[in-house]
Amino acid sequence: MPKVKGYIEIDQERCKGCGLCINACPTKVIELSEGFNSKGYHPAEAKHLERCIACGFCYRMCPDVCITVYREE
Amino acid sequence: MKKLLYKMPESLSGKEFTYCPGCHHGIIHRLIAEVVDELGIREKTLVVAPIGCSVFAYQFFNMDGTIAAHGRAPAVATGMKRARPDLYVFTYQGDGDLAAIGTAEIMHAANRGEKITTIFVNNAIYGMTGGQMAPTTLLGMKTTTTPYGRSAENDGYPMHMCEFLKEAKGIAYLARTKVNTPQDVEKTKKAIKKAFLAQVKGIGFGLVEVLSTCPTNWGIDPISANKWLEEHMIPEYPLGVFIDKVGDEK
Repeated sequence: MPKVKGYIEIDQERCKGCGLCINACPTKVIELSEGFNSKGYHPAEAKHLERCIACGFCYRMCPDVCITVYREE
Repeated sequence: MKKLLYKMPESLSGKEFTYCPGCHHGIIHRLIAEVVDELGIREKTLVVAPIGCSVFAYQFFNMDGTIAAHGRAPAVATGMKRARPDLYVFTYQGDGDLAAIGTAEIMHAANRGEKITTIFVNNAIYGMTGGQMAPTTLLGMKTTTTPYGRSAENDGYPMHMCEFLKEAKGIAYLARTKVNTPQDVEKTKKAIKKAFLAQVKGIGFGLVEVLSTCPTNWGIDPISANKWLEEHMIPEYPLGVFIDKVGDEK
């Protein structure tokens, strides 16, 4: 298990479901949600937060600045 | 306890971007906002938005700004900078704006060494108007106005703005980068920071060409678009720093 524990929040109403964060995440934390947001997209959802290592790759690749990244201490 | 690492920069207004899913404009907007935050110049920065997909850029940045006529952003920015030399001015332009109708403005602004910064987003196509051929479109690439692919005989060759501009003596920083991987996003941020530092230090004109995707008009999904950029655009538009008179970031 990695030593650093991370936590991310995704603004699902802002998300357009492009999937770039899913592609960038090295530990596969994020998946597309089965539900819809009010724009009609399947937003990204942090389904496996226990794997998050707070690398910030999802934040860097998100074109809509939906993701906030924290490190648990 | 949670320690905040990354969140939306203050220099973005928080308004939802009007771009298509997977469009790199949003990443580049965020990088500019982060650089402006890091330099602490948000209240003294003006944005000049172009015509194109990013026409509403002045709404997304939490700073003053205006829109210029198509291609004329460097001319408008020149006026703003000369009237208020204490402020920092940057233009945000696409390839239809900067490399087509605005070629004269950018060439002369760069050659005069105007102390402004230009972020040039090159996605090799006209996005807003529906995927027509741009001067930067690759040879053989299908667009709505080149349905059989761009041919050199009929449509000319792709336009290399950085290679044209690198002879201009007024330029303090000139680089070409991409944003299709997290590592490249960080490199692009450093390049944008240097282009702003060229202005903050009063050295001269700074321009960063950022290769970007247009999943909608390329007709592929955002992740394949990132791969397509790597495979097809990089051989035509090699990355690199062409001019750097800024030195280190101090």
